[in-house]
Amino acid sequence: MKIPEIDLYLIAPEIIIAAFGFLVLLVDVFAPKGEKKGYLGVLSLIGVVIAFFYTLPLVGSDKTGFEGMFTSDGFAIFFKITILIIAFLTVLISMGYASREGIGFGEYYALILFATLGMMLMAAGTHLIVIFLGLETMSISIYILAGMLREDRRSVESAFKYFLLGAFATGFLLYGIAFLYGATGSLYLKDIASYIASKKLLDNPMLLMSLAFLTIGFGFKIASVPFHMWTPDVYEGAPTSIAAFMATGVKAAGFSALIRVFFTALPEFRPDWTSIMWLIAVVTMTVGNIIAISQNNIKRMLAYSSIAHAGYILVAFVAGNKSGTSGILFYLMAYAFMNLGAFTCVILLGKKGEENILIADYAGVGFKYPLLAASMTIFLLSMAGIPPLGGFMAKFYIFSAAVEAKFYWLAILGVLNSAISVYYYLRVTVLMYFRESEREITGLQFSPAPVIALILALIGTFYMGLFPANVLSFAQKSIAGLM
Amino acid sequence: MDILGIPILSFLIFFPLAGAIILLFIKKEETIRWTTLAIALVEFVASLPLFFKFDSATAAMQFLEDWWWVEAYGISYKIGIDGISLLLVLLATFLTVLCVLCSWTAITFRVKEYMISFLFLETGMIGALVALDLILFYVFWEVMLIPMYLLIGIWGNPQRRIYAAIKFFLFTMAGSVLMLVAILVLYFINLKATGRGTFDVLELYKLGIPMGTQHWLFGAFALAFAIKVPMFPFHTWLPDAHTEAPTAGSVILAGVLLKMGTYGFIRFAMPLFPNAALDLMPLISILALIGIIYGALVSMMQPDLKRLVAFSSVSHLGYVMLGMFALNTQGVQGSIYQMLNHGISTGSLFLIVGMIYERRHTRMISDFGGISKVMPVFAVFFMIVTLSSIGLPGTNGFVGEFLILLGAFQANIVYGVLAAAGVILGAAYMLWMFQRVMFGKITNPKNEGLKDLNAREIITLIPMVALIFLMGIYPKLFFSKMDVSVEKFLKDFRGKVEMKADLPAPKVAEIKK
Repeated sequence: MKIPEIDLYLIAPEIIIAAFGFLVLLVDVFAPKGEKKGYLGVLSLIGVVIAFFYTLPLVGSDKTGFEGMFTSDGFAIFFKITILIIAFLTVLISMGYASREGIGFGEYYALILFATLGMMLMAAGTHLIVIFLGLETMSISIYILAGMLREDRRSVESAFKYFLLGAFATGFLLYGIAFLYGATGSLYLKDIASYIASKKLLDNPMLLMSLAFLTIGFGFKIASVPFHMWTPDVYEGAPTSIAAFMATGVKAAGFSALIRVFFTALPEFRPDWTSIMWLIAVVTMTVGNIIAISQNNIKRMLAYSSIAHAGYILVAFVAGNKSGTSGILFYLMAYAFMNLGAFTCVILLGKKGEENILIADYAGVGFKYPLLAASMTIFLLSMAGIPPLGGFMAKFYIFSAAVEAKFYWLAILGVLNSAISVYYYLRVTVLMYFRESEREITGLQFSPAPVIALILALIGTFYMGLFPANVLSFAQKSIAGLM
Repeated sequence: MDILGIPILSFLIFFPLAGAIILLFIKKEETIRWTTLAIALVEFVASLPLFFKFDSATAAMQFLEDWWWVEAYGISYKIGIDGISLLLVLLATFLTVLCVLCSWTAITFRVKEYMISFLFLETGMIGALVALDLILFYVFWEVMLIPMYLLIGIWGNPQRRIYAAIKFFLFTMAGSVLMLVAILVLYFINLKATGRGTFDVLELYKLGIPMGTQHWLFGAFALAFAIKVPMFPFHTWLPDAHTEAPTAGSVILAGVLLKMGTYGFIRFAMPLFPNAALDLMPLISILALIGIIYGALVSMMQPDLKRLVAFSSVSHLGYVMLGMFALNTQGVQGSIYQMLNHGISTGSLFLIVGMIYERRHTRMISDFGGISKVMPVFAVFFMIVTLSSIGLPGTNGFVGEFLILLGAFQANIVYGVLAAAGVILGAAYMLWMFQRVMFGKITNPKNEGLKDLNAREIITLIPMVALIFLMGIYPKLFFSKMDVSVEKFLKDFRGKVEMKADLPAPKVAEIKK
């Protein structure tokens, strides 16, 4: 019997993240009780940074390992970099927020790291079981994180809701995987692709079912309509830092797996799933944007906005060409910066026992906390796709991909949606700058870690808008192996 | 030519931005005002060499700068001016100085943020006027929105400023996103035809576009620009924005921002899609005529001075569009000239309305009457500006309107007749307004103690009046700069239209695929 070759360098980033997750847990247990545990966050940051530096040498290596279940192609590496950036910023934000809310214990940071691990596995797996394990590692960690604020009923509701619906969606996904295995006899994406190379979807009920179930399962994770119902409730109730993590990290990982599975294993059925995804993209954008208009809670608004953004990304998914796929990579990174930035602003505007998450709370903030308000404005305008910010360039690439692939109507509906979204993003700036506050927000404490996160997010948002060429060409190189 | 080692156009774009950053570190309001004035003046003086060093003999783009921005996508930082944009750039730098002056006492709170917005706006305006890359243009076009939105929303009239600000933003945005899609379609047509992806508008001019596609693309561009102009029936945001904006905001909105729409037609929509422009000429001309007459009639009935001036803009810009789509030398020249005139005349009118509003805090015509007795200097300025707006010979307005009418008569005699009728209506509403505000007995005791203009206000108005006469009496100074560019515009336009007429029909479908 041949012993499979084990290339630990290939999974070094994952190992490091996992090891630091356990380390954080252990340190927490053995540390003296009762004192502030800011060093746990620092420890997590160190882990993320080391993992990052072990990821960089893998750029361009394009290797597979573990019997072809795991890859380090450009696509996986780009996603890992995005995910590590997201994890880094999330931990930074948490270092202010979690200790403020009294949840800054070891499990919190450890679970963030474990969720990160899961996301990285999802991006790198080329075998359905690996992808599924990654997804579960991520999801279970997030279920717990969402309910971290044990005293808060909304947080518990959020965790419970996410768990129930998430488990249900996972069931669908697993069912889809099982059907796929039943129909093709393999869980390797490449083998599946070669098996179905000349099959017709409609002649194969098993494949049809599996495609439908996979769409549902992934649709849930990326929060596309009609599988989005949980999003606003969960984001609202979950700790804000975790909502940010979910909106960026879970979404990025979900898309990485969705693209990997559909583009590698099911390219044969592209004409079939394109029409479904076309519809889902349009509905997701439109529903997300229109419902966002009527929200009065900023976390719910950002939740609906994140649904709409999933719709924009699906536009590029439908386009399915090279520029679309590299556009998705670019988009998710830009989105990570601007969305985490916006959530950071939400966090900074709150204090212990007073979260200030109603949009009405933003009245008059513009001149009381000018830098905070200016940052928030920049992030929101970037999400609305106003140049010269990262969000504009991201949308530009996505819609240009749709036009290139001749999905003119999709592009038109996309930009019109983008115009609609301006309304609710502007509404926050209207309150911040145009209205006087009815209730003074005082005594905000800006702890250094979230402020650093804010600055990094600002730099990222501007950099990707003003000098998009580097990231874009990196994204273009990254998808070479996939397309 | 360079300033401080920076090419002049780039300097003009980024100097106000640098100035805005400097303002961040100044605390005292008075210092902020003076610094902004200094920045605006330096900017204006720096823009003057454009006029004197401009080579009137060539229609090629001058002061050209061309660097890659995103090379992989063919997006470049390409800027340059020709005879069409030259004067508009100067108008923008000139009006910004006056706007800073007229905001001196009118803006009493958050002066720093106000001045920063203004300088930011200047960057956007200059950038949009000199950009020769479609994406670069789009970026500046959108960048202009945010400061204007803030100007209306923060410093506008308390009652309806927020509504007006959002309406302004959403109208413009809705139009421009479709333009973005059209830009992308254009890019891919060019990529297919030439194998080279570029957003360089000078390259894209050379492209032959199949007819069906051309109509769609022209439609998307025209919608974005028509909203900005604004043409009837997309004008509804304008009266609100104008009425609610602070004086300087109205001046710059009328003076430069609306010109972005008409400039967009002449720089982008028409040369890129000449056949579609020619096909839609009747439609656009008729909408322009409706705008002229409708704007004038609504103006006549306005009880509010500022709203009256706002609707008169709809009418005036109708002339600009009519002249442009007459597609002959007189029409197009008159149209460009009228863009400048409108900036100066209507800009001055807004300044004047602002001055009287600062004194009386009302803009209702019925609140006034007999003002000329208490404010004689004001009355003189107001009279000159009113006459210029009507287009009295000897003022700038006459030259522009006359040329446009000439062009319109050549294009279609019915258009000419209707437009000429609009001139009469224009005289009617302006003179009637002037009579009700300035002459007669002082019926309202509050008007008796009004102070006449102070030195700062006179300094603000004198350059305007000087320009009104200069442009009215010696238009050659300005026409000589644009002659060649206009000729080239028309020649290229006709050339491209004819070229397309020879194109066999099947080829259309082929390219489309």
